[in-house]
Amino acid sequence: MSTRLSPTRVALYVLLVLISLVYLIPIYMTFITALKPPAEINLETAWIPSRHLYWASFADAFNRMFPNLRNSLILTFFGTILSALLGSLNGYVLSKWRFRGANLIFTLMLFGMFIPYQIILIPLFQTLRNMHLYGGLPGLILAHVVYGIPITTLIFRNFYVQIPNEVVESASLDGAGFFEIYRRIVFPLSWLGMVVVVIWQFTQIWNDFLFGVTLTNHEWQPITVALAYLAGGQAVQWNLPMAGSILAALPPLLIYIIFGRYFISGLLAGSVKG
Amino acid sequence: MRSRKDRLFAILVLSPSIVLLGLFVYWFIGQTIYISFTDWGKVAPLAAHPPIHFVGLENYKTLFTGILEGRFRQDLVNTFFFTLFFVLGSIGLGLFLAILLDREPKGKGFFRTLFLYPMSLSFIVTGTIWRWLLAPRGGVNVLPRLVGLPALRFEWTNSRTQILQFDWQDLPKLTVLVVAAVLAFLVVRNLRRGRKWQGLFTGIPAVGLVLWYVFGGDLIPSAGLLFPEKHGFNLAIIGIIIAAIWQFSGYTMALYLAGLRGIPEELRESARIDGCNEFQMYRRVALPLLKPITLSAVIILGHISLKTFDLVFAMTGPDHASTDMPSVLMFIRTFRGNQFAIGAAIAVVLFILVALVVIPYLFSALRARSST
Amino acid sequence: MRFMKLATIILVTIGLLALTGAVFADQKKLTGKLEIFSWWAGDEGPALQALIDLYKAQHPDVQVINATVAGGSGINAKAVLKTRMLGGNPPDSFQVHAGQELIGTWVVANRMEDLTWLFQQQGWMDAFPKGLLALLSTDKGIWSVPVNIHRSNVLWYIPANLEKWGVTPPKTWDEFLQIAPKLQAQGIIPLALGTTWTAEHLWESVALSVLGPDKWDALWKGELSFTSPEMLKVWDLFGKILQYTNSDASSLSWQQATDLVVNGKAAFNVMGDWAAGYMFTTLKLQPKKDFGWEASPGTDGVFMMLSDSFGLPIGAPDRDNAIAWLELLGSKEGQDTFNPLKGSISARLDSDLSKYNIYSQSAAADWQKDTIVGSLVHGVVANERFMDGFATVMDMFLNSRDPSQAANASEAIALQSGIGK
Repeated sequence: MSTRLSPTRVALYVLLVLISLVYLIPIYMTFITALKPPAEINLETAWIPSRHLYWASFADAFNRMFPNLRNSLILTFFGTILSALLGSLNGYVLSKWRFRGANLIFTLMLFGMFIPYQIILIPLFQTLRNMHLYGGLPGLILAHVVYGIPITTLIFRNFYVQIPNEVVESASLDGAGFFEIYRRIVFPLSWLGMVVVVIWQFTQIWNDFLFGVTLTNHEWQPITVALAYLAGGQAVQWNLPMAGSILAALPPLLIYIIFGRYFISGLLAGSVKG
Repeated sequence: MRSRKDRLFAILVLSPSIVLLGLFVYWFIGQTIYISFTDWGKVAPLAAHPPIHFVGLENYKTLFTGILEGRFRQDLVNTFFFTLFFVLGSIGLGLFLAILLDREPKGKGFFRTLFLYPMSLSFIVTGTIWRWLLAPRGGVNVLPRLVGLPALRFEWTNSRTQILQFDWQDLPKLTVLVVAAVLAFLVVRNLRRGRKWQGLFTGIPAVGLVLWYVFGGDLIPSAGLLFPEKHGFNLAIIGIIIAAIWQFSGYTMALYLAGLRGIPEELRESARIDGCNEFQMYRRVALPLLKPITLSAVIILGHISLKTFDLVFAMTGPDHASTDMPSVLMFIRTFRGNQFAIGAAIAVVLFILVALVVIPYLFSALRARSST
Repeated sequence: MRFMKLATIILVTIGLLALTGAVFADQKKLTGKLEIFSWWAGDEGPALQALIDLYKAQHPDVQVINATVAGGSGINAKAVLKTRMLGGNPPDSFQVHAGQELIGTWVVANRMEDLTWLFQQQGWMDAFPKGLLALLSTDKGIWSVPVNIHRSNVLWYIPANLEKWGVTPPKTWDEFLQIAPKLQAQGIIPLALGTTWTAEHLWESVALSVLGPDKWDALWKGELSFTSPEMLKVWDLFGKILQYTNSDASSLSWQQATDLVVNGKAAFNVMGDWAAGYMFTTLKLQPKKDFGWEASPGTDGVFMMLSDSFGLPIGAPDRDNAIAWLELLGSKEGQDTFNPLKGSISARLDSDLSKYNIYSQSAAADWQKDTIVGSLVHGVVANERFMDGFATVMDMFLNSRDPSQAANASEAIALQSGIGK
């Protein structure tokens, strides 16, 4: 199986390297543009890096986006944790507790995943305002948690379906109730499912722009709005938004690097078949 | 045994989600549907209490037969082709990458993270970068020069070439043909499996439709437009497809990697013992086992593609009909043109499209699930 | 008795003085918040910030919130603003293009306060040109305070390059159509163009040259039909001009189109005078020496304007603060602080031209004497519904190059949007 340096093996590595280069092209472009002074940014010389690396873009972008970094971190942290918890509980109920209409409820929940966000923007705004939640992070977090319920429930439900019913049955025969079973059996087994959910929700919430810009006041806007600001203006100085996007992409990238392999294991452990 | 108290807990735990989704999803959808049946957007749409009148299906008629909304119909065609190639491409590339990584090369972790990372970027960032990369003047067209070849001359998103052209007026006729073809396929399959009665039941309508098309073709109603309207596959979409595949093939790769890892080693060994080489092993053993993954990937990618907004907007701006999608049109009609009712109608159509893709999957998934 | 009288007089005088003091103190001492909504971001930020600093110096107790929404060519800002207004949460004042973009959206919806009293109080009826005032008003009042003026119909070129190629800036489009083939033969793009809105921008210069200011106004009053022979001529000429533009136009931003001219790949570019700001500030080119300009062919003597302005929404949470903001915006000091940084010119006729660069001075001189008409693409003469539909018509025309199709479509949209009603 692991024959070294056979022609197929070489071909494999060549293919991988070539494809990797293709994947890296956009990153390359982003980096060299971020490192150019504005006057040098031109379609003609787009591929050619600047002679002198203009590191000021990163410092400048960082300074401008910094206040929003706090907002994004709080938003994403709480949004992800809350969606994960809610999804886990929902998934537990829908996979281990049969009752009439459970399937219907699951379908209806799932359907919520598929709405495009532009449709519900105005009613969402009005509703949050009526709830006195407009303007700050709690309202935004609520919006993300609500629209994250379908996907997190789906992931956890498929994950928990893998837990054999006998385990749950025997626990309840021992006298464990609803919450004990969750606490002692289901929750400790959720690690991989959590990873998938955390990665997915973190990415979604961190990268969201539309909700972030509409539902919050100026001081509570997330980092995506600051990024759009950098790319605004009459004559965009592209080194700034390019540097800004690199910085803004670091936290999700970090999450992917650290948890990437668990993502795959998590998908294997159950969400895959769903 | 499940006590009644536990059942109560179960429903209580579920109820916040039910209430929240009921409000934030279903009530909002209801509102949107209602707005689509009114003329909000006619006079002073932004007033504190705008005058609203019920107009029934008027907005939908405008969308599907009005002269000025040819762009909407093109968007539908665009989104069809985009979804088709995006899903096929992502699945194909994802599967290919998964198989490559399944061979356990050195540095597997690095490659895996590399292919996965585009998913962590926001669509807005991806769109802006790919816009630069696909500018005909600079961008990837210039790359071959690095190895001494002449520059590419493809216009990417600027392309005004359209292939597979058809006239929108012929759409009902084409639908009849497609339905007949699907039925014919089912007939053949039924007969092959020896299901004679089902073969008959599908065969009769199939033959009937074909006869209708051939002999009574003119009796099939046209699509209701005043003039013939050409639509087709805009080559400009290819640029968007490439950017979208770049972003999402990591996800399908992860799905397939997980699936491949889930194939028991014994199955692979027995295939090898039977004399299959690696390629055949994948084709005969692995692929069929990966079918459920393929299905779920198709659904997820399909609905993402129907919702695509940020990517298209960032790559080609708000007024580029050859790459336009219904979600972009909905956004600008509502917030730039103040036509809230038309925007709502487009949203409802989008919604129905997503439902068409998703509902069959949900049915089959639940039917399988209920046997667990 | 006399003592009582004296005492009363003294008390009343003290009372009156105290009252006057209180009134004056009230006028100066504004507190609370002021939320300004705009889409000025990036390089436009410093100009707005300078105005805000000026305001804070005058009213130190007011907390100014600079609520900018950038991105999406202004559509994101519109989405947020409209969502807020529909949700009953108006900002104290918001940036909007002067003219029909404001009137056709917000004024007809009864969302704005009439500012005639403010204009009269501040003496603006004489400080701004009559042509401008006409575009800001309806028969029910004046609706916004213009902060700046940009010009739409400008032709840009690099003098050194033109000399090299042996051409001069064309005074009419016919002249352009004559020299264009010569430029093409040398491998130069005669006219640089960018994405769809820049094509609309070019279109309005072409239309102005064919129609002249009077017929242009008539078009938007509903007196000239979009399917009239003049309009067909416009589309016809526009189609001919398009043949001499770059084929990758729709993938280029307006700056990238300007870059083509600066890099010597193209000869001319029709763009608003923010191009001057780009070339001067970002590319560090000198006006008149490194880059040159003319009125776009056939429009000499006509100033096609667009203006960023601020209005007073009904129900503004901090109305007094907002009014003070508007007063600052329309003042000479406010305008001459903002505009040199923004790269536009003051709307006032008494602007201090020493603060501006060479291009702006020439533009200001034209502003004083030229006939003023409004831009289509930048929201002066047509409401948002028309502009939204027109963008689709333009994209259609770029594909099909069919004048009668475009003319019919524009007529249909004009009817739907109520142009001229």
